Amino acid sequence: MRTKFLIALLGLIAITPVWAGPQIQQWKTAAGTQVLFVENHDLPMLDVAVNFVAGSSLDAPGRSGVAGLTHYLLDHGVQGLNEDELAKRLADVGAQLGGSFEQDRAAITLRTLSSAAEREQALDIMARVVQQPTFPEDVLVREKARLVAALKESETKPESISDKALHKAVFGQHPYALPTSGELADVELIQREAVVEFYRWHYVAANAVVAIMGDVSRVEAEAIALRLTEHLPQGGVTPVLLPVTMQIDATEQRIAHPAKQSHILLGAPGMARNDPDYFALYVGNYILGGGGFVSRLMHEVREQRGLAYSVYSYFIPMKQPGLFQIGLQTRKDQADQALLLVRSVLKDFVAHGPTEKELVAAKQNIIGGFPLRVDSNRKILDYLSLIGFYQLPPTYLDDFTGKVEKVTTAQIRDAFARRVDPRRMATVIVGAPMGEAK
Amino acid sequence: MNLRFPLMLLMAWGVQTAQAEVFEQRLANGLKVIVKEDHRAPVLVQQVWYRAGSMDERTGTTGVAHVLEHMMFKGTKTVPVGEFSRRIAAAGGRENAFTSYDYTAYFQQLHKSRLPLAMQLESDRMQNLNLSDAEFAKEIKVVMEERRMRTDDDAHAMLQERMLATVFQEHPYHSPVIGWMNDLENLSAGDARAWYQRWYVPNNAVLVVAGDVKAKEIFALAQRYYGAIPARALPVRKNYLESEQLGMKRLVVKAPAELPYLEMAYHAPVLRDAEHDWKPYALEVLAGVLDGNESARLNQALVREQQLASSVGAGYDSVSRGPGLFTLTGTPSEGRTVEELEAGLRLQVAKLVNEGVSEEELRRVKAQVTANEVYQRDSVFYQAMQIGQLESVGLSYKDIPLMLKGIQAVTAEQVVEVARELLKDDNLTVAVLDPQPLSGKSRRTVPAGGFHAH
Repeated sequence: MRTKFLIALLGLIAITPVWAGPQIQQWKTAAGTQVLFVENHDLPMLDVAVNFVAGSSLDAPGRSGVAGLTHYLLDHGVQGLNEDELAKRLADVGAQLGGSFEQDRAAITLRTLSSAAEREQALDIMARVVQQPTFPEDVLVREKARLVAALKESETKPESISDKALHKAVFGQHPYALPTSGELADVELIQREAVVEFYRWHYVAANAVVAIMGDVSRVEAEAIALRLTEHLPQGGVTPVLLPVTMQIDATEQRIAHPAKQSHILLGAPGMARNDPDYFALYVGNYILGGGGFVSRLMHEVREQRGLAYSVYSYFIPMKQPGLFQIGLQTRKDQADQALLLVRSVLKDFVAHGPTEKELVAAKQNIIGGFPLRVDSNRKILDYLSLIGFYQLPPTYLDDFTGKVEKVTTAQIRDAFARRVDPRRMATVIVGAPMGEAK
Repeated sequence: MNLRFPLMLLMAWGVQTAQAEVFEQRLANGLKVIVKEDHRAPVLVQQVWYRAGSMDERTGTTGVAHVLEHMMFKGTKTVPVGEFSRRIAAAGGRENAFTSYDYTAYFQQLHKSRLPLAMQLESDRMQNLNLSDAEFAKEIKVVMEERRMRTDDDAHAMLQERMLATVFQEHPYHSPVIGWMNDLENLSAGDARAWYQRWYVPNNAVLVVAGDVKAKEIFALAQRYYGAIPARALPVRKNYLESEQLGMKRLVVKAPAELPYLEMAYHAPVLRDAEHDWKPYALEVLAGVLDGNESARLNQALVREQQLASSVGAGYDSVSRGPGLFTLTGTPSEGRTVEELEAGLRLQVAKLVNEGVSEEELRRVKAQVTANEVYQRDSVFYQAMQIGQLESVGLSYKDIPLMLKGIQAVTAEQVVEVARELLKDDNLTVAVLDPQPLSGKSRRTVPAGGFHAH
């Protein structure tokens, strides 16, 4: 049995290197903006992302929501164009302007046809959105009201309630504890000046990472990167993010909710993006609860006992150690049974680590499935942003399978033992079994 | 219904240049094999589509199509429980399955060298499924948890479910894909076995492979793995119709939530003849004119100018086996009511009908369709999905360029005409979510909509 697995694995290794992944070109503009570029002419389209150190972890205590609203309002009015003119010009050329917003990072993304006229119009809008937003007062008031309504709605949903409670319990006073869109009470008080100030302080060239993927030449990519960043504000000094307190006390919150299911979350501080334990924890988590239908949690909770439709574990690697989370939903009357089971699976995994057989299977999947991670322009663009933003080595993708291959069961056991203490985790149960709600 | 619906749909129409790269062959047992070559990365996707969805179910056994989808992962005569997923995972693959009203589909994404394994496993479970009572008893509990999560505990999904049950009184779209809870509670392994026997045959399936492959080799592999599976006669398919609606219908759903929600659903035709139909294309453009971008009519007027709504949407899906719907949706702003929002939406429709649609708006929607046709080629999975969907509803991948042409040919007058003809009260169901405080004893849920992943 063992031999068979090893042979299969060797087979995979022989296959993988034949295909050269995306060839990343990387440079810095005069103003210090990092640019990552992959030239690819297979499709007549272009994807661009501009990333800033401007996520919700930069919100000041008691003033949460400013970072998120700033990011959200970027495309709601720019110099020379109001929000409707802007949206029409994008739609006229079939361009898609989007973005993402997390604790560390605020990003603006663009997908456009690469033909000259379309590309020109789309990039013109993106350049203004990134560098010349006007944050009109009336738009801000309106969008704030919409955000407040959405936050109130989310406070009725078990997924949001549990997520918020878990972040608070795990991160305490650290900014990672805050909801990315802010606290309702704080958002209601946001004034335009705070948004303008946040933008001027944080949306700066030296903080920006530009990712470009698709149908342009290197020379064109250099011009695009400049065009998107050369008029950025001067900015201020980015405050240093407080370290996350790694050891937390065990807590358990049971929150009443009329839902039919209990939403159960367990969490603790996990790992940072540049963590030396990254690959051991990543591969280990695949075995514990990350590997779709074949993880231990899935096997015990769903396949063996039919207790849940979805059960998972994951690390969210960030600048500082982000969340390690286990989650599931189950009928109220079996919530305690499911929670006990999950705890025992975790405890066993941390105490004993994975088996050699499990590790081989995990490597087969992660290494053999590597090409699926970079099989589209969209996915490659996301990796470019990630590598640039978190200052991962330029060879990150080239090294990925090799790093996974080197992980041993002893390293996983050791890393989990040091990083995940099942006796010191936060537990949140929303829609807790009747009678026990606190 | 979420706002991305219309855009996703527009994306489903495209691939002007696809013809050259799509190849088709039918095996002697009736299995249709379609290959889409895309050599950008050394990966592929295999999808098997069965033309059997929840609309083929009968009263009392709703949900069985989806339950069977779950059971398809529970082993065969030669592949033990859990082994399917383990082998695909060990090959570096990702896999899942989904059930809709119209079809049930299974897929694996893999390195291009691993197709034989995927074909071996997929063809095995097409004929040798081991549907044991013990595994069924466990899995039906999982499905009930899935229903609780997606529908029972999500207010908008609950509204959607109850609304469709009101819109369709005869057609099987009346019942949710995931099934009514009482039916799930009473479902037996025997029901699942009967479903499998009835529909899981090569002559009721379409195999789609897309990615870094050569069509000729795929046809040979398909013959090798699927070729020997015997065909079986399929039951006669009933042509279900929904009788003409004889007046407006209204319903209220009470569920825990903060904000009310409004959905207005009008019966609408769907695409049957991609070359000659024009109304589905006009409806598609109508949805784009109303809600195709941030500055489109509904958002600009109701969210931005009047601030009557915190969100609005328009949706239409032209690709389905059964009858279609054109929907208008929205959440009123704080302090405004669903009645005001309904009046506001009606006013926008009336304005369009009375004042017409500008050439500029028309051009904009068509430009988005053209661009999306390129963008969607970035996803191998999506390209296969588009083919499988069309084939499963009785259309063909060959219709794709016709559909794109159809959209481009839509005139402003046609957009107005379909709005005038279809968006009228006798054709309308209005559903309102009446939000209940959490302290109440009711419950909440999510759009069970089209798909249920395994």
